[in-house]
Amino acid sequence: MNDITAAFGMAFAMLLDLDRDLIEIVGLSLRVSFLAVGLAVLLGLPLGAAVALYRFPGRTVLHALLTAFMGLPPVVVGLVVYLLLSRAGPLGVLGLLFTPAAMILAQCLLVLPIVAALSAQIVADLNREYDEQLRSLAAGPGQRLVTLLWDGRFSLLTAILAGFGRAIAEVGAVMIVGGNIAHSTRVMTTAIALETSKGNLALALGLGLVLIVLALTVNLAVLALRDAVRPSHG
Amino acid sequence: MVTRRIFLAGFILAAMTFPGLAAERSIVVASTTSTENSGLFGAILPIFEAASGIRVKIVAVGTGQAIKLARNGDADVLLVHHRPSEEAFVGQGFGVKRFSIMYNDFVLVGPENDPAGVRGLTDAATALARIAAAKAIFASRGDDSGTHKKELELWRAAKVHAQAASGQWYRETGAGMGATLNTASALGAYVLADRGTWIAFANKGDLGIMVEGDARLFNPYGAILVNPARHRHIKAAEGQAFIDWLISPAGQQAIADYKRGGRQLFFPNAD
Repeated sequence: MNDITAAFGMAFAMLLDLDRDLIEIVGLSLRVSFLAVGLAVLLGLPLGAAVALYRFPGRTVLHALLTAFMGLPPVVVGLVVYLLLSRAGPLGVLGLLFTPAAMILAQCLLVLPIVAALSAQIVADLNREYDEQLRSLAAGPGQRLVTLLWDGRFSLLTAILAGFGRAIAEVGAVMIVGGNIAHSTRVMTTAIALETSKGNLALALGLGLVLIVLALTVNLAVLALRDAVRPSHG
Repeated sequence: MVTRRIFLAGFILAAMTFPGLAAERSIVVASTTSTENSGLFGAILPIFEAASGIRVKIVAVGTGQAIKLARNGDADVLLVHHRPSEEAFVGQGFGVKRFSIMYNDFVLVGPENDPAGVRGLTDAATALARIAAAKAIFASRGDDSGTHKKELELWRAAKVHAQAASGQWYRETGAGMGATLNTASALGAYVLADRGTWIAFANKGDLGIMVEGDARLFNPYGAILVNPARHRHIKAAEGQAFIDWLISPAGQQAIADYKRGGRQLFFPNAD
């Protein structure tokens, strides 16, 4: 129990204190996860919408794969990305292993199925709702996709936030491809794992609480932004 | 839509700028959890980095994984603690030359109530045989690390096939030194640990040192430059500069100066 109460004190002190190391680690966590989610959104929204709207060979299999891969084990993704980026691997010449870019790639692979599968569901529902209207406007397939993504943007935010939650919280993938290098690739989750292994349990839990506050802040900010721009229904 | 495209372009641009950070003069060192968890690198690396301008990036994993990373050319320098593996690494042409850096020793740690009655023994193999006979819980790293390899050597010396009891009194955690100490602390288990990590470990609970001083518990660390003839991108000059500093009087002094609670954790022994 002592460690738990001490952790709250430490988390509070860390947030007040904002020492340089903590800011660096928090900053890298946010940068890596934002960029990973950004890339996953770029690829995942059109992919999900395409799966929802178009008929093409292998569509059902692709849909099933996306849904199943929402639960990809991070450590497996980390291992695959390591084998790709290792100097002995096919992409070794890029020299990306143990850099934030490798961590972004790994997290992007984790987030992509979540964004794509959830947006497929959202777009499919909207498509049923607006089908007649779109038909009467004689919208082409491309136009239909863009229109439905735009109309569903507020619901799609939830899918994006789910992806962000996955990215910011995972440790298995970034540990392997980032290497948890101090002042280089150490993020919140790998720092928590390191402090736990040093036996600094209160500090580790304190960092965990800071991470939760961080995730909460991002979610609140996104939801506040949504409410600010969403046309009121009154 | 236009603002959206600008945002997307920004994402891609920002992603592209990341690899640029790696342009600084730096090396990657594959090393063990014991050197990282004990806090040694945190203490000595700033001294080297200030003197040389070379940034040292430590990837701390078990000795087995560290050697695998170095074989694949994913590290410039290997710094581990299992001499037979290190000599094989050099012998197979993956490394240039092994340099002795420092040593400490392993200790057999156990719960205060000492159910196997091994406290004060100086023969590690006898102690393990007693633990097996008492079926007292033993937490093994089980991760092919240097400490794990040493533990397996000691079981062989004790003529006990501990893995036959895996899942019963013999618990393989498959984790790093710190994580395994956390497990032992919670279970009240015996565990083999390097002294450096043990001294620095903050969650000892009622664990204490039971057995120490056996010559077989000697724990030497060696550093090896990964062979640039195998991997052309290896930063040979910078990597060798780091090894040269470790074995120099300044590096050896920095290692000797690192203390926790007034106790020295590693003893320099460069030739």
